[in-house]
Amino acid sequence: MIHQYTMFGLNIVLDVYSGAVHAVSDAVYEILLYLADETELPDTIPANVLNILSERYTKDELIEAYGEIYELHKQGLLLTDDEYKDLALNLPKKSVVKALCLHIAHDCNLRCSYCFADTGSFKGKRSLMSFETGKKAIDFVIENSEHRRNIEIDFFGGEPLINFKVVKQITEYAKEQGKLHDKNFRFTITTNGLLLNDEINDYINENMSNVVLSLDGRPQINDRVRRRVDGTGSYDTIVPKFKKLVESRGTKDYYIRGTFTANNLDFAQDVMHIVSLGFKQTSMEPVVVPDTEYYAILPEHLNKIYSEYERLAQIYIEKRQSGEPFNFFHFMIDLDQGPCVIKRLSGCGAGHEYLAITPDGDIYPCHQFVGDKNFYMGNVFDKTFDLSIKEKFEKSNVYTKPSCQDCFAKFYCSGGCCANAYHFNNDINKPYEMACAMERKRVECAIAIAAKLKLDE
Amino acid sequence: MKQIKTLTKASLKETKSKGGCGECQTSCQSACKTSCTVANQKCENI
Repeated sequence: MIHQYTMFGLNIVLDVYSGAVHAVSDAVYEILLYLADETELPDTIPANVLNILSERYTKDELIEAYGEIYELHKQGLLLTDDEYKDLALNLPKKSVVKALCLHIAHDCNLRCSYCFADTGSFKGKRSLMSFETGKKAIDFVIENSEHRRNIEIDFFGGEPLINFKVVKQITEYAKEQGKLHDKNFRFTITTNGLLLNDEINDYINENMSNVVLSLDGRPQINDRVRRRVDGTGSYDTIVPKFKKLVESRGTKDYYIRGTFTANNLDFAQDVMHIVSLGFKQTSMEPVVVPDTEYYAILPEHLNKIYSEYERLAQIYIEKRQSGEPFNFFHFMIDLDQGPCVIKRLSGCGAGHEYLAITPDGDIYPCHQFVGDKNFYMGNVFDKTFDLSIKEKFEKSNVYTKPSCQDCFAKFYCSGGCCANAYHFNNDINKPYEMACAMERKRVECAIAIAAKLKLDE
Repeated sequence: MKQIKTLTKASLKETKSKGGCGECQTSCQSACKTSCTVANQKCENI
């Protein structure tokens, strides 16, 4: 299976099952259009292909092009066959818990209109996680992570800084327990930034391997959605605070993470606004809300979104080549050193490797399932843990999702987000098509960026 | 080759037998929280 497309003046061919990427001549590109479904090739160019393309290319050119295709095919780098289906069906069934999203606060000091968490409450009562609950969650992950050494804890909300004392207590407890149980805890925190101060910055810089800072871009875009309880915008307060935190962070990871909606389909401008503020690590995600919301992203927006991703990719290349690089989360695909195919098959790990814990200690497959009774998995206090739900997620992978089978991007997104699939199609194995369409475009851009940069070296 | 420039030979098939240790980061923890690009995650077992 191959995927071929043109971008930035390049003819790009992705061989899906080997992961090889090629930049090809027009003749090769056109020959491949006739061979795309093949997995066995004859050693000379098929007569019908030669005849059809002889109008535009010389015979020698076509024979040479086919010879190169054939050679790469024999090397297992072009028109290769699927060898992963059996692997997918026989993946280790008993995975271990290795990451928790701790809902430190089911409350927030912003009232963002697109909030999937119902402006922080997660459709329940507003509440804060206690240290006791956090301790039980850390004990839970240690007990359920078996031999796995690297454990991730994301302090999430709502807004975790409104309960920062408990963030610190849990962090210290996890570090102490990590030493006792030979676990390497890595902490991240996701914050809207309103409550950042020097003391909190110091603690975050010392302890958090990554920090995700929410900002939607241009002031008017951010403040239209990311408003305080009294309705005023947050931009003017958070930008100086983010700058201070990032400047003091040294080489440690951070992301400025925004959300775009139908109100700012020109979101490349928001990414570039973030870059113009001096930030180098960016992420901009499409909003995920029911189609009935006035700012929902709809099928008729896709063409504009595609061209916007491509525009962003063009700027991304120009900035790299002019010595002012920035990163965009979805474009950071390393063609040479990506994850193994088993990771690519099985995805984010929600529901089995990755779980969300609420302030009451309830366990859900991930932050986006919190509050949905159908996905309640147990509680860290009474140590209940519903293995039947865990098993459903464990078994879900690229090969259990029918719509992934013919998709070239399946080893880049692993079949997409289970929560989106469930919320739109009522089935974790039926991916949300709008997200798929945007992901395919992002993957095309990411590969084209890598190709362009390599060829221009 | 004159008409094809292979930009990466990174063979997914080679990772079939030696991959799967699971020490890598959970993708959703890094920056997205709503979508699912996995291919930009780093292998921690190279």
